[in-house]
Amino acid sequence: MSPSPASEPVYNTPNYLNAEKGVRSWLTTLDHKRIGVMYLVLVLAGFALGGFFAMLLRLELLTPGPTIMDAATYNRMFTLHGVVMIFLFMIPAIPSVFGNFFLPLMLGAQDVAFPRINLLTVYLYLLGAVIAVWGMIQGGTDTGWTFYTPYSTTTVTTEAPVLVGAFILGLGSILTGVNFIVTTHTLRAPGLTWMRLPLFVWALYATSIIQVLATPVLGMTLLLVAIEKAFGFGIFDPARGGDPILFQHLFWFYSHPAVYIMVLPAMAVVSEVVQAFARKNIFGYKAVAFSSLGIAFVGFFVWGHHLFTSGQSTFASGVFGVLSMFVGIFTAIKVFNWTATLYKGAIHVAAPFVYFLGFLYFLMFGGLTGIALSTVSLDVHWQDTYFVVAHFHFIMVGATIMAFLAGLHYWWPKMFGRMYSERWALAAAVLVILGFNATFIPQFLLGNMGMPRRYYSYPEQFWSLNVASTAGASLLAFGFIIVLIYLVVSLVSGKVAGPNPWGSRGYEWNTPSPPNVLNFPETPVITSGAHEYQDAGTAEVKHAQ
Amino acid sequence: MNELSELMRNLLFLPKEASEWARSVDHLHFFVFIAAMIGAWAVVATTLVFIVRFRRRTAGQSTERVDPKPVHEVLFIGVPLALFLTWFAIGYPQYVTLQTPPKNASDVYVMAKKWMWKFAYPGGPNSTDVLRVPAGRPVRLLLTSRDVIHSFFVPALRLKQDALPGRYTQTWFEATEPGRYPIFCAEYCGLGHSAMLGELVVMPPAEFDAWIDQQRRSNQAAAQDSEPTASEEIDIRGNLVEQGRRIAAMQGCFKCHTVDGTQHIGPTWLDLYNRKVRLEDGRTIVADEAYLTRSMMEPNFEVVAGYKPVMPTFQGKLSAPEAAAIVEFIKTLRTDAPSAEPQKGPIYVPISGK
Repeated sequence: MSPSPASEPVYNTPNYLNAEKGVRSWLTTLDHKRIGVMYLVLVLAGFALGGFFAMLLRLELLTPGPTIMDAATYNRMFTLHGVVMIFLFMIPAIPSVFGNFFLPLMLGAQDVAFPRINLLTVYLYLLGAVIAVWGMIQGGTDTGWTFYTPYSTTTVTTEAPVLVGAFILGLGSILTGVNFIVTTHTLRAPGLTWMRLPLFVWALYATSIIQVLATPVLGMTLLLVAIEKAFGFGIFDPARGGDPILFQHLFWFYSHPAVYIMVLPAMAVVSEVVQAFARKNIFGYKAVAFSSLGIAFVGFFVWGHHLFTSGQSTFASGVFGVLSMFVGIFTAIKVFNWTATLYKGAIHVAAPFVYFLGFLYFLMFGGLTGIALSTVSLDVHWQDTYFVVAHFHFIMVGATIMAFLAGLHYWWPKMFGRMYSERWALAAAVLVILGFNATFIPQFLLGNMGMPRRYYSYPEQFWSLNVASTAGASLLAFGFIIVLIYLVVSLVSGKVAGPNPWGSRGYEWNTPSPPNVLNFPETPVITSGAHEYQDAGTAEVKHAQ
Repeated sequence: MNELSELMRNLLFLPKEASEWARSVDHLHFFVFIAAMIGAWAVVATTLVFIVRFRRRTAGQSTERVDPKPVHEVLFIGVPLALFLTWFAIGYPQYVTLQTPPKNASDVYVMAKKWMWKFAYPGGPNSTDVLRVPAGRPVRLLLTSRDVIHSFFVPALRLKQDALPGRYTQTWFEATEPGRYPIFCAEYCGLGHSAMLGELVVMPPAEFDAWIDQQRRSNQAAAQDSEPTASEEIDIRGNLVEQGRRIAAMQGCFKCHTVDGTQHIGPTWLDLYNRKVRLEDGRTIVADEAYLTRSMMEPNFEVVAGYKPVMPTFQGKLSAPEAAAIVEFIKTLRTDAPSAEPQKGPIYVPISGK
């Protein structure tokens, strides 16, 4: 292969998409790329479902009193929204879609280490999703995604199916984590040392460690809740001799690291995007790589910052507060290094880069509000108000959605071999970023005013800001619909992209688009780090045969 | 300075502060807000400058390799670390203040249940959903819940504390401005969560004293008229201390605990409150409301050194207000107690020192 920037790009046939035909070939595939594409369809369906619930919630909050549903339906709706968005979209989105598709390509491997387990996780996801969503709708689960005891063990609604569903989803998450860790350790191409690993792989590796270590605790906690509910054992319910705070400790021991399961892969994606569109090696490779591990490590010791007003010891609150700030330090290191990467670069402002900017913005403001919360005294006012809602939507959703869309637009030509309309993509990116701000900035202010979260009705002084937030949410939904339309159009009639339309020097671009079934004709030998742009040219092959 | 505070408060939609503590928290809020805005927009501005200055000029443009120097990493870590730790150094002591009620605070028992707030004052008076307190005097709240977790939240005080079933938590405040302030439940508790509203009424001290005096008198009249019953649901009426004594007798507490300092099967209750006690496992803790309540519910979890773990649990036998009444009773058992008539006890039982 030699660079051919002048010639017309060609659509690579046969490729992984059309090498085999029929539904059966997809359902039984062991190809990591096909599994990635299946996950893409599934998580987008999850996102659409969660987004639909979100819009219903925002509509209900349009007026202070009842608007379109009663209180019981509202409580079920925010439970559905939270569970679907977190377990069916945020946690699997980037690792299962882009991780599956690009980890082997970036390592110069043919597939992940355990292709059959990889396929199994798809079915676990489907099974868990169906059980959880069916259970919530059928049983009317109204606990919120946090399942706080003793509410969850005493409410009349059914919790068992959603707990079982989350348990199964968690199992899939653990298996994916194990698979990625083993793949990274064993399937790196000759010459691909740890210090040459693409930053995407580093952050994905850190994510996988959290998935493997933290998710079992969630499984145990959910089982304990199910046992208490089913057999009446006193574990969390004080009326039966249990401890209600114990649940919060166990739950957040998983669920706080889970926040980093969501945001580390986002950092993984933008580390690639910023280098490709600035045509520049990352500023501070080791700092960015090791800060991912730092976040994964410290993330296990901050869970108590959810309990500042629960009556936990004053000393514990102080320790958890300070430790939470270290997560902020590691994040700040990344932000500064990404910004510095632009210095002396050659920046091309395309849709993925706009999403990178959006990511940087949401990460900074979401992160800084998080630091403000961990000063402890400020959290006393903000805890359980819309301020916290806005904070975690900025950092978890804002940052992760931005990175997901950045990755989707950056790798779309690689995955499907076709381009999308650049003009529509830029317009939609601006719309999504504006809509997100319009939705959640009013919620920060609502929290300052003192509006608690999970409120079905609210006093009139909160009205105008709620209307503003709902208007913003509509804008956001509109933006997502535009994205969906032009991407589907691109699949059908998009311009052929060629192997490397961005001139990126990530390892994954050294394949035709869409890639072949076996990725590389022969195992590549890596002789330099990814994203080195010191010499001119586009799709130069950096590895010898 | 005050004008700047007012401007910031309005800009951030914060309700008017009703206590000095709330004002100090707001000052930290403004500091964090301004510093974070400057820092974040500096990064945004730098990014925009880079985008224009280093825009791509040719398709396959090469770029020179730029690697960080140690000084960059030191700055990247040091600047945010210094800023964050400064915020923490201001915020954490504020939190410690909130967790440490002053000795002269008067107590109000707060009992949350689906979906209302009950407030009970030592000496008898009680109310539903309306908490009356005097301005300019510290008030300590002792919170518990009858069912699920609730959270007592007064935005004007920047104050929030969860109310947990089966145990007590505490917080305190000293309201400065007489007025009426909304109370919200901040912890999701089911269908009526958003309707679990209350009101904090801060009264001028003289007005408050007159109110509580009048309340106490009318409550005593009510208490004398009705015979105490042994029903489980004891309304918080009459003298809480008297009630505690009666419940303790009914539950058989005095079979093992004395009130005159004699050691028996269990530790004596005399001078027990706020005493430092050594536990079997070697730890020393203060016998505060939380410990006393815990000892009724999980008696063998923290056994006082020298005693056998033989006490049965009163989980399910004692309701939250009953446990509160017993604690109130224990608090009055002091060798240095003023020999006050129980019927005409002080409006507030002051928290005694060690």
